[in-house]
Amino acid sequence: MKIIKLLPKTGIFAENKDIAREIRIKYITPTLEKNEEITLDFEGVESATQSFVHALISELIRNFGNEVLNNIYFKNCNKSVQEIINIVVDYMQAAT
Amino acid sequence: MKIHIPNSAFLGNIDPFLRNFGTSNPDTLEITANKQWISIHPMVIAMIAALGLSLKPKQVHCETMEARSKHYLKRMGLFDFLKIDSGIEITEHESAGRFIPLKQITNSEKLTEFITEVVPLLHLSPKHTEPIRYILSELMRNVFEHAVSKIGVIMCAQYYKKSNTIRIGIIDRGVGILNTISALHKAKTDLEAIRLALTPGITGTTKRIGGTDYNAGAGLFFIKSIATVNKDFFVIYSGNGMYKLLKADNKKSVRLHADPFKDKHSKGENFPYWQGTAVGIDINLDSTEEFSLLLDLIRKSYSKAVKEQRKAYYKAKFI
Repeated sequence: MKIIKLLPKTGIFAENKDIAREIRIKYITPTLEKNEEITLDFEGVESATQSFVHALISELIRNFGNEVLNNIYFKNCNKSVQEIINIVVDYMQAAT
Repeated sequence: MKIHIPNSAFLGNIDPFLRNFGTSNPDTLEITANKQWISIHPMVIAMIAALGLSLKPKQVHCETMEARSKHYLKRMGLFDFLKIDSGIEITEHESAGRFIPLKQITNSEKLTEFITEVVPLLHLSPKHTEPIRYILSELMRNVFEHAVSKIGVIMCAQYYKKSNTIRIGIIDRGVGILNTISALHKAKTDLEAIRLALTPGITGTTKRIGGTDYNAGAGLFFIKSIATVNKDFFVIYSGNGMYKLLKADNKKSVRLHADPFKDKHSKGENFPYWQGTAVGIDINLDSTEEFSLLLDLIRKSYSKAVKEQRKAYYKAKFI
């Protein structure tokens, strides 16, 4: 399983959508295309914006379908980060 | 253009200030002020700075300030932005923990730097830092993505000890919300465009409800929701339109509406034309909910709202 540590790329406040998109295109999409699992490790990330998480995962749900969530693990997320991820996961499934 | 700095202009009573903004002669800016006392929201200061930035110093005429509180405008950096000598002498005290003077931010990287370096200077607890940096990031990123503002974004913020409130102003001189939204959605007036921009799932980058890989159309809804839950003011002014979220009744339980016109609000569509978008928000630190609880409330209402949008969007047309 591939593990991506977000803190070195995003800092403690994950808000830069350009970085989110880069992580998705460079690391996440190629892994999922190979039907492999991936862990996004949020250790040290204090909070994230909905825009950041949207740029990170929305296209994956749209392109691979809702089932892609079986292959993505979100690790070391605090309550706020969990809430933001849940918001994006919920509304993407509502919109597809 | 003419702008008069009144005795008092905060979000609750900002309407007369906005209505007095004179838009004729766009090549000059004439600034007058109340002669006794000036007490104004950062949104007002940032608007004046943004107007001045679009002009050369010789095009800006500012009357000699007489109000006893004139040093505040100097300390916030207004005259530096206008590039005029105010003649006001001050001893600068440390701004940390009290205010963020006027800043001009021109791109995404500088925004990240700003959030990382400047927001900690407000000396807030983690509970209060989260919503404030969230609001700053989302509102300013919106400008870079949608506004096409030559001057970038102008912001400043002030902590008011007496009310334990942080007041923030974020301004651009870009194309305005109507221009962005009407390219893909049905909006004829600035106010209609503001309404759509505040509606979850609607973005200026696609007709598709739910947005693109880069834009969800959620940013402004989140900001309005944070203000709603915390029972704070939130003002958005673009073109001739102005929408103001009013403070909700403390005793009533909070409901997050997809349609901003269902929230307790005031609005107008015949304000003097503001090229771009001006946003003001107050965050009362006494009533700030734990951020994760606030997000939980948003999550519960957001998906429902997106589903409703989809249903509304794809209705069959019977003729």
